[in-house]
Amino acid sequence: MNPLDLLARWTVPFLLAFIPLYGYLRGVDVYGAFIDGGREGLSLAIRILPYIVSIFVAIGLFRASGALELATHYLRPLLGPLGIPPEILPLMIIRPLSGNGALALTTELLHRWGPDSYVGRLASVITGSTDTTFYILSLYFGSVGVTRSRHALAAGLIADGVGFLAAALVVRWLFGS
Amino acid sequence: MLNLVWLGLILSGVVVAALRGQVDAVTDVAIRSASAAVETAVALAGVMILWLGLSRIAERAGLIEALGRVMRPLVGPLFPGVPPDHPAMGAMMMNLGANLLGLGSAATPFGLRAMKELQALNPEKSRASDAMITFLVLNTGGFSLVPAMMIGLRAQAGSRHPAEIVGATLVVSLAATLAGLSADAAFRSRERRKSPRRP
Repeated sequence: MNPLDLLARWTVPFLLAFIPLYGYLRGVDVYGAFIDGGREGLSLAIRILPYIVSIFVAIGLFRASGALELATHYLRPLLGPLGIPPEILPLMIIRPLSGNGALALTTELLHRWGPDSYVGRLASVITGSTDTTFYILSLYFGSVGVTRSRHALAAGLIADGVGFLAAALVVRWLFGS
Repeated sequence: MLNLVWLGLILSGVVVAALRGQVDAVTDVAIRSASAAVETAVALAGVMILWLGLSRIAERAGLIEALGRVMRPLVGPLFPGVPPDHPAMGAMMMNLGANLLGLGSAATPFGLRAMKELQALNPEKSRASDAMITFLVLNTGGFSLVPAMMIGLRAQAGSRHPAEIVGATLVVSLAATLAGLSADAAFRSRERRKSPRRP
């Protein structure tokens, strides 16, 4: 079995057993900590609800009207050679802008295309391996009053772009398209 | 920017539907999509509660600190302007450790603390220092050992192997991070050539 596959299958079970056990041995009130963090998870889920509704409605309209088909038709020659299906395009635009928006869009793609499809896996890898560049830069620089960010945005966006291309390559290589 | 993307999606949807004579479908699709969104979000809540619950245990057990200590010799050399025992280094390692564990919400407070410490070392307060940019590139590279939220989302969407993306995610975020760091270095050396006396 290849090591990436092994890692994939064991990560969650391992963490599920290891984190609480380690915490218990270190004297952490593991149940209390879980509940406490879980409450934060619940408020996060409630917080992203409007994002999910906004994305589902916008993408739903865009698709049902046939506008997606039109866009797909014109973008195929551009994205095709890179192995990026046009359905992923909105995700590539939103990922650097909004973490919650990207989460919502990925959820929508997983439900529409199936999590084990090429689009589903590609969306999963893109969302899992890149971060919200614009948000992080504005939050972190804003917090200390830095206004001249020099090349930070350019470097961050180059990282995102390379990540998108690498995701298409790696997903096709590992799972086929 | 997000404003325009969203507006563009909605407007082009409505306009294209109207041009095709299917304007009735718009209302129907909008309402059905909104309800589907709520169902999805409710299912998502379970995953988020599970993972953020585990995260909190990891944080209180000192796992983030431990990870930060392990990473210091690897990451430290990227920040030649930051003394190794400066509080900025500690906060940056805690932030990167939390990111590695996929604890986005735990990572932010450490990240903000790190920025404050880096600002103390920064000679020109309104201008980003080299260390700040490198730190943010590491952050936005999205390097993470466990894309836990994604695994949960996939499981909830009915994947047969929800965690199969872990390896791919690791390789891709490594590639993105390295690309970001190379771009950072290239931009910096170009800047040096243009104005060699700038600190």
